[in-house]
Order: sequence, then structure tokens, then C-alpha cells
Amino acid sequence: MKKLSSIKGTTKKNGFTYALVIVAFAVVSLLNANGVLSRSAQGLLVPACCYIVMALSLNLTVGVLGDLSLGHAGFMSVGAFSGIVASMSLADAIPNTVVRMALAIVVGALFAAVAGFLIGIPVLRLRGDYLAIVTLAFGEIIKDIITCLIVGHDKNGIHILFNVKGNKSVADLNLAEGGQVIIKGAQGATGTQTIATFTAGFVLIIITLFIILNLVNSRTGRAVLAVRDNRIAAESVGINVTKYKMIVFVISSALAGAAGALYGMNYSSLVASKFDFNTSILVLVFVVLGGLGNMTGSIIAATILYVLPEALREFSDYRMLIYAIVLILVMVATNDPKIKALFGKILPHRKKKGGAVNE
Amino acid sequence: MEFLSYLINGISLGSVYAIIALGYTMVYGIAKMLNFAHGDVIMVGGYISFSVMSYLNLPGWLSVIISVVVCTILGIVIEGLAYKPLRTAGSLAVLITAIGVSYFLQNAALLIWGATPKVYRSLVSGTMKIGSLSISYISIITIITCLIVMVGLTLFTSKSKTGKAMRACSEDKGAAQLMGINVNRTISITFAIGSALAAIAGVLLCSAYPTLTPTTGAMPGIKAFTAAVFGGIGSIPGALIGGLLLGIIELFAKAYISTQLSNSIVFAVLIIVLLVRPAGLLGKNVQEKV
Amino acid sequence: MRNIKKVLALVLVAVLCLSCFAACSKSGNTDATTAADDKTTVADETTAADKTTAAGEETPAASGTFKIGSIGPLTGEAAIYGQAVMNGAQIAVEEINAKGGIQLEFQSQDDVSDAETSVNAYNKLVDWGMQVLMGTVTTTPCIAVGAQTNKDRVFTLTPSASSTDVIDGKDNVFQVCFTDPNQGVASADYISENIAGKKVAIIYRNDDAYSQGIHDTFVAEAKEKNVEVVYEGTFTKDTATDFSAQLTGAQSAGAEIVFLPIYYQPASVILKQAADMNYAPIFFGVDGMDGILTMEGFDTKLAEGVMLLTPFSADAEDEATQNFVAKYKEKYKETPNQFAADAYDAIYIIAEALNKAGCTSDMSAADICEKLVSVMPTITFDGITGAGMTWQATGEVSKGPRAVVIENGVYVTPGK
Repeated sequence: MKKLSSIKGTTKKNGFTYALVIVAFAVVSLLNANGVLSRSAQGLLVPACCYIVMALSLNLTVGVLGDLSLGHAGFMSVGAFSGIVASMSLADAIPNTVVRMALAIVVGALFAAVAGFLIGIPVLRLRGDYLAIVTLAFGEIIKDIITCLIVGHDKNGIHILFNVKGNKSVADLNLAEGGQVIIKGAQGATGTQTIATFTAGFVLIIITLFIILNLVNSRTGRAVLAVRDNRIAAESVGINVTKYKMIVFVISSALAGAAGALYGMNYSSLVASKFDFNTSILVLVFVVLGGLGNMTGSIIAATILYVLPEALREFSDYRMLIYAIVLILVMVATNDPKIKALFGKILPHRKKKGGAVNE
Repeated sequence: MEFLSYLINGISLGSVYAIIALGYTMVYGIAKMLNFAHGDVIMVGGYISFSVMSYLNLPGWLSVIISVVVCTILGIVIEGLAYKPLRTAGSLAVLITAIGVSYFLQNAALLIWGATPKVYRSLVSGTMKIGSLSISYISIITIITCLIVMVGLTLFTSKSKTGKAMRACSEDKGAAQLMGINVNRTISITFAIGSALAAIAGVLLCSAYPTLTPTTGAMPGIKAFTAAVFGGIGSIPGALIGGLLLGIIELFAKAYISTQLSNSIVFAVLIIVLLVRPAGLLGKNVQEKV
Repeated sequence: MRNIKKVLALVLVAVLCLSCFAACSKSGNTDATTAADDKTTVADETTAADKTTAAGEETPAASGTFKIGSIGPLTGEAAIYGQAVMNGAQIAVEEINAKGGIQLEFQSQDDVSDAETSVNAYNKLVDWGMQVLMGTVTTTPCIAVGAQTNKDRVFTLTPSASSTDVIDGKDNVFQVCFTDPNQGVASADYISENIAGKKVAIIYRNDDAYSQGIHDTFVAEAKEKNVEVVYEGTFTKDTATDFSAQLTGAQSAGAEIVFLPIYYQPASVILKQAADMNYAPIFFGVDGMDGILTMEGFDTKLAEGVMLLTPFSADAEDEATQNFVAKYKEKYKETPNQFAADAYDAIYIIAEALNKAGCTSDMSAADICEKLVSVMPTITFDGITGAGMTWQATGEVSKGPRAVVIENGVYVTPGK
């Protein structure tokens, strides 16, 4: 296909994606520095970056690997809470917020990668809708498990309680004097220092893009695409399907964890139920509307769809209704054969991307 | 005794899941799509029945009929407007559209009925006492309805002409079309039946667990979907068994392990079942053609 | 073809940048139009006159039109609380504006009870020019927004976010409602003093800060007062439809009192299911239970004998409450619950604090904040959710809870 026909074309396309992100960052930063951006626009910057990274990482699973995941928010959750714990417990040791934030993001990514690996073992044995439902199940399980966690830290280190029966409380942590509770079970993490910045979000997007685009164009990436397009053919030429699937799945989880860590450090309070099925779906919508396997598309779709409900605030009661209608209309318009044919006339040679999920 | 009452409550909860799961399974079997809006049709069914009883002061049985009619029409309309244009599109596009429909129904319900929860007046109240064990009549009705629906659906799909057309569509749409079956119409009928079942499930769900809010259907919807996969999605007896098992496991998990983790335990059992039997308990394991 | 794509992408980037611009340019001129018109009351004509009188130093009373913002869940699962708060606040705003004196302009924003959306909503209100925040309604968002208001120095009075985390370490955040520990202790004390010697079961929602908070302090206080807790059942948001397991557990543990530190929606299901299984202990609720009698379609017979501690009851006979309830019923066609009452009081408290501090509407939010923070501990306020409310500098309110029992579908003081 195109990728084989010209390596140059790929580089050019990737260059364009990077350029898009960098220009957007430069423009927004410039506006922000001149005080043109409103408070609401400023407030949207960091979460928008998090959702862009989430969309990119999910696109790796859904678009490149071709497996529908309905529990991606679970990895974000693992990253967010482990990142918060890392950031809060290192608050005294590392006063520099930039270093601490970077460290917390790495910790978040690592924990999410481990979670991704453990979940990947059973999940990647399944296919199609069964795989989808199992990822949904894991997303819910992660949510429930984090809801049971009580974590605190004092001079003796980090204390963790697993509150299965729901009868333990913060007092059972037995924190030494001066200790601090970081996660209070169902009440989530409260009192988190908000140290996330837009620049960090931008750097994270660039790193994510770098990892994903290089991965897709590497030997591993070609093997994964082969598995997506025809698993049996790929197996028959000696590609180790499970291994490649696992590599992609773990990287995707780790990136989601990094996004989660950044997100967690942007709000003073965070509850596990935030990362439920609906959040997974929200990110999936970004990916599908942006185009499967299309990273530029994911970035643009995530930004627009994240800003849209905020822009629709003026319609207060009706905004989610309008959002739903827009979603349905876009899906129908982009997939209806008649409308597609019409588009085909305007934009010749529109190639179908991905589309190998649940064939 | 405690054990028995947990069991009975579990079966009663499970039968509600089973009826919802039957709707899921029908639609999935024929249209091969995950209809995430199914749970919200249940919610609409509950609200319609509630409104007919509370605002129009009509008797309960009539409210059930009206609710079934309204939901059937709603199902056909949703299918025609949102899903039909996507017949040839990938399943992911249909999934996202279904989610859009789900958001739409929830927010429309919020605007129509408001956020204040409504308390659904149970159609039948009272309990039957056997020794020190008490079983509410609504549980008994739920279980019986569930069995009737399952037998009815099995007979319908195996004996009637439309039912046979449905099975043909589920096997191979192209071939079915060549045999002169109107595939589009068959899928619409499937949606109509699924939505009618959702209305019945809505009434039963609200009778047993009486608060009604715009998000009432969401969690039971996901659980019933799990039940359908559990039993083997596409299989009618599978949905019944999946639903019942799910209800019982959930209640026992709540009673003996942890309420906190009851949903997780349900999902964990699902994962284990799928690893051992990748197509669910009663699902057909289709061999891949190369 | 690639060119077309590039153009498309660039156009989208442009649209994004424009939308940022649009967001800020909009904020400049939406004073009166942003919220639906029934939610906003503007009294421009008085502003100019008031400003001139305020020009003199040391004016005792406040003047001008203040912009009060509020954030709460207007959609989603917690919408009932947010909507009640906005409705209650709206009535108070109209009353204050009708009286003359200071004028209030009120705008409400939706946060779906989610921290992220809440911070977005807060930023939106800052763009609007909000001077005082009456919110947020629910706890988790309130902690996130509180951290922001503390940084930006915006005075915050929450009507209903009751966790101690809400006010913890933030000198600018005050509460109208009880803190959770306060309610847990009060409930345990009441039980040990008035219905002692009975076994207690607790059913609470442990993924909810409010419920968990009351539970924790209740259990601690119960231990101290020798109240025997024989069973603790939990549920979560996703399992709030079926309580048969918990009720069976409580029944077989022989509990004669079931303590329900939860909101009234799940409580109504618990009452129904308990009746279905012929289990009739004394149900004991907290302020979240208020509202159960007015649930549409709820069989009030089920709530017969339920006891609860509440700061507000719609059936109270004092004039202020009756006036509020009558207006609320007329305007919104339903009986106000505790949240609406808390918000109604919150607006009056803000107005009184503004008056006492002598704030003027041309002051910045930060200046108003400093003044209000210093006057709050000196205020004593008689509202419909309690007489003689006072505040500590930490932001915690002190007022007495009132125990009531439901008889024949109305609240009655027990023992009367």
C-alpha cells in the first residue's frame, strides 16, 4: 500500500502531524502569554492534552492493532492514582515541581504498563466483541479496586490498605504524626497539589506521537499491521501474533497511564468513578471520529469534541442532547453509502482506513 | 434460610437481567451489533408506564401495554433513523451511533421527566410466605414472565416464517437476501421485538427496584449485556442462563464477599468463562474459514 | 489529495484557535444573556446610583450589583441536588433584589458532579466576572474548585458540600450545611440517649464521601457511647438498586435500628424492600433523608416511623420557612428539599456578609474575598436551616440538628 510505495511519503505525513501540534502549541502559548485566552479556554488546555494522548494511545489499540477496547479509561485511572501517590509522597523529597511531575508521569506510565501486561494476557486471547466486553469488564474491575484503596504516606513510607468489606477507614492506616492521606477509598484522592502545566501536556503529546509514529513505521509496526489485516496470513509467515499484540497493548496502556498521571495532577480532587465506562467511550468516540489508525485525525477530533460540550454551555440543559445528536449525525453522514458517494465525488480517492475491527 | 432467601433474591434479579439479555441477544444475533441504547429503552419503558399510571390514572396492565407499544415504535424509529443508514458500515461506527442514541435518550428523558427520581408504584405488591421465607409476588411474576418470553421467542424463531427469516439473516445476510428474504425488514422486526421486551423488562425492573431516573437503564443494560455474552451471545436459552447465573452470583458476592466488589466479581467470572469457553456457555464456536 | 487533507487540517486548526477567541470574546458580553433568562435577574438601573453613594469611604451597607456564580449538577445523576440549589438560590436572589439595597446577579453553571467539568464551569464564571461563588453543590467537585478559588481568592460558600476536605486548609471556603463528622456524632449521641439498648445496623454507600464520612464518625462515636453496631452493609452507585442482601444481613443479625446515612433515593428503595420482606426496624436517617416524603409516586406509608436528623423541614411552622416553601411550590411545582433551603440561606448569608463588610460592586473578587473572610466569623444568621448559625474561621458552621419522626406523612418532633 502507500506505506510500502514511498517511505518519503510517510516521513512527510508524520512531519506534518508534528508541525500541526507544534504550531498549535506555539499559537496557543502566544495567545495565552498576551492574555487573549479567556479563563475557560486556559482551563481546557491541560485536560485537552490528556484526552489527546488518550485518543492517540487508544488509536494504537483500536486502529493499529485492530482490537476494540472499551476499558481504556481503566489504564488512565491506574496512571492517575499511581502518579498522584508518587507526586504527593515525593513532595518533600523533590520540591521542584517539573521534575516531580515528570517522575510522576513515568511512574503512572509504568504502573499502567504493568496493568496492561496483566490484563493483556487473558484479553489478547479473545477476539472481536468478546474481547470488547472483557476490556469493559476489566475497566469496571479497575474502578472498583481503586475505590477500595486507602493510601497514605508518612516518614516511614507509603501505607496501603485494601478495604474490601468497606469497614476500614483512614484511621486504620496508622499514620505517624505529620503523615498525609493521599487516597481515601471511595472519596478518592483529595488535596492533590495541582502541578500539571500546558507545556507538560504538549511535551507528552510530542513524546506520544514520537513513540507511536516510530512504532507504526518500524518492523514491529509492520508486523502488527499484518496481524490486523489478516491474522492467519501473518501467522503463516511466522509472525508471533501474541507477542506483537502484547507489545502494542502494553505501550498503549503505558501512554494512557501517562495521560492519566498528568490529568490527576491537574485537579485537587479525583475519584475512581470518574474513569468509568463513559470515559472509555468518550475517548473511543474521539478515535472513531478522527479515523482509525489516523493519528492526526485523533488529535483534531479529541480537541474539537472536548471543546464542543464546553462551547455548548450556553445551551445549558440542551447541551448533552445536542452533543448526542451531533454524534449520531456525524456517524450517519460519514458512513451512509449515499452521502459517502457524494463525498467521493468531491474528494476523489478517499481510501478506507483501518476498519478491520470486528469484521 | 438466609442462604435460600439470597438465592431467591438472586434468581429474581437474574430474571430481570435475563429478559433484558434476551433483547440484546436477539438484536446481536441478527444485526450483529452491540445495541448500547437497549438499556435506555428499558428506562423509557419504565417512564412511560409510570406516566400512564400517575398522570393519566389508568390501570397498571394498560400502562404495560401502552409502554410496550411506545417502546416498539421507538425501537423501529431508532433503527430506521440511526442504524439503517449504517447497514454497510463497520461495526464500530454502529457502536458509536448506538452510544449516541443512548446519550440522546438519557438526556431527552432528563428534559421530559426531570432529574427528580420518580418512585414507580409496583404493579403487584405483597409477599408470599413459606415458613420463615418470604418471596415477593413481583419476583414470582418476573421469573414466570422470563420463562414465558424465552419459550415464546424460541418457538417464534424456530416455527414462524419471520422467525426463520431471522435465523437465516443471522447465518448469512447475503444468502438470505438471495433466497428472497427482505433483510432490512427482518432487522427492523428484530428491533421491534427487542424494544418490546425492553419495555416489559423496564416495568419489571422498576417494580422490583422502584426508583426511576434517566440513568436507571444504564447499569442493568451493561450487566444484561454481560449476561448475554456469558450465556453465549445470539443464543436464546444462553441469555436466560447467563442472566440467572449473573443475578445469583451478584447477590452471593454481595452477601458473602463484598458489596463493594460485587460488580467486579461478576465481571471476573465472565472473564474466566470466556477464557474457558470463548463463545460463552451456550454459544456456537464458529470455526474460522481460511 | 494530500493537499486537500492539509487544507482541511489547517482549517480545523484555525477553527480551534477561533473557538478559543470566541470563548473569550463571548465572556465579555454575556452578562445578561448567558443563563436562561429565568435564572438571571439584573437590576441595572440601581447600579449607577448605588455606585455614587458608595464612593464615600466607610459606607456601612454594601451597594451595587454583585455577580454571584453557582456551580452544581444540573444534568446527570446528581441533577436533583443541583437543580434544587439553583431554584432555592433563585428565590432568595429575587427576594433580595425586590427589597432594594444591594442587588444580585445570579448565574448557574452545570458540572454534572464531576471535578473536571466543575473547574471548567468555574473558569467560565470567572470569565463572566463572578465576585462570589455560591457552590459547588457536591463534595468532590467542591474540593477541586475550592483549591482554585483559594488560589484566585474568590469567596466560596457551599450550600451542601459537607465533607471536611471541602474547607480543609482553605480559609476562603465556608459551609452552610453540617460537616459529615458532625452528623455522625449527633446521630450516635441521639441514639444512645433516646433509643438506647438496641442493636444497630448501618447501610451506607461507600463510594460516596458524604455517606462514608458520616458512617466513619458514627461508628467511632457509637463505640464510645456503647451503642452496639451488629451489621454494616455497603453499596455503591452501581449497586444502588437492590438491597435485599444487606437487609437480609441486618435482619439476621437482629438489628432493631437501621442507620441510613444516605440520600433519600436509595433509602426509598430500602424502605420498600424492607416492607416487602416484612422487616420493620426503626430506620434512622440524616439530612440526606429529607425529601423522601415528596418523591413523586412514593408511598409515604412506607416511611411511617422513620426518624431523621435534619436542619430543615418543609413543614416547619415559622414564617420564613412557610414563605419559602409557598414561593418554591408556586414557582417550581414541587416541595423544596434541604438542598434548596441551604441554597436559599446561602444567598442570604452572602448578602448579609456583603452588607456587613461594606463591599461595593466595583471591588474585585479578591478584595471582596478578604473582607468577607474577615467578617464571616462575626456573623450570626437566622435562616430556615437553623437559627443562630455561626461560623468558625475554618469555614465550619455550627447549628443544631433537629430530630424528627415521620408520622402520618409529616415530620413530628418525637415524643410529642
